[in-house]
Amino acid sequence: MSNFKRGLKAGIPIGLGYLSVSFTFGIMAVSYGLHWWQAVLISMTTVTSAGQLAGIGVMIHPGQYLEMLVSQLTINVRYSFMAISLSQKTDSKFAGIWRWIFGFMMTDEIFAVASREEEVSRSFFAGLSVLPFAGWTFGTLVGALLGNVLPARLMSALSIAIYGMFVAIVVPEMKKGIAVICVVVLSAIFSCLFYYVPVLSHVSGGIAISACAVAAAVIGAIVFPAADNEPTQCAGGENSGEQEVRHG
Amino acid sequence: MDNFQYFTYLLVLAGSTYLIRAIPFAAVSRKIENRFIKSFLYYIPYAVLTAMTLPAIFYVTDYVVSAVLGLLVAVIFALRNKSLTVVAVAACVTVYLAELAMSFLT
Repeated sequence: MSNFKRGLKAGIPIGLGYLSVSFTFGIMAVSYGLHWWQAVLISMTTVTSAGQLAGIGVMIHPGQYLEMLVSQLTINVRYSFMAISLSQKTDSKFAGIWRWIFGFMMTDEIFAVASREEEVSRSFFAGLSVLPFAGWTFGTLVGALLGNVLPARLMSALSIAIYGMFVAIVVPEMKKGIAVICVVVLSAIFSCLFYYVPVLSHVSGGIAISACAVAAAVIGAIVFPAADNEPTQCAGGENSGEQEVRHG
Repeated sequence: MDNFQYFTYLLVLAGSTYLIRAIPFAAVSRKIENRFIKSFLYYIPYAVLTAMTLPAIFYVTDYVVSAVLGLLVAVIFALRNKSLTVVAVAACVTVYLAELAMSFLT
């Protein structure tokens, strides 16, 4: 199978997962007073979940462009780490202008699936981007136009979908060894501290997530700098990724 | 909100999100040899996804109880290496059924 087709297939679960999340975004955007086309345009140009939700929260107030910038930078700084991480696994053709083009689609889920590859080719990443982009756009459109016809209980159930995907990415990796388990547990503890400790809970969600993740990953890298944790040697992940696509 | 304001906001929102992704991706073209940084970059996705999920997942549905059940089911399915879609759908169905059951009990 060509790399593009393989990427396309690997993007199916992401696209489906995005449907429900972008659907929620569409509903929220319209409830905030945006037109349906405004919501869809945001999704098509930005392609990020938390950032867009925070973004429309700022948009309803006039003239807070600096707030918009600061909130986006703090929420999205994690993408920089992901981009650097993935830059280490791209093949020789995935360089120059292609990085500028496909960097646009560096979402949490696309990154997570792409980083299971031993070597990320340009065509695999292109294929991987198609269905998530389509799902993200289409879900926003449907949510914005038809959102309020869905019962509240169904919306409540759909809202957990994206977290289910995160669990599906993290948990299998935890089975590979104590190192990832420790990093995950640390990150969870830090994140809960930011949420529940009164002083820390004033910190914005975006900063908190990045701070927790960086702290946990730094500790992991200090305590478990083992050679088999090197990204280039996680080839085992590729097979399990393939298998998962077939399951889906 | 008028169109000027909307498009200015859109430019800031989409522009900053794009640049924070693309600049590091395009700028780092050499292989990083440093063992610490390589390990850090390997751990970062799992750390990020965990921090995004916990404890936020508990408050995303209408009831904490249904979210806890949804998370439990997601973990069980993920432990069995089910696909992203299957895990996500299983979590959604669990939340739906749990909240349906709660509506009968209360």
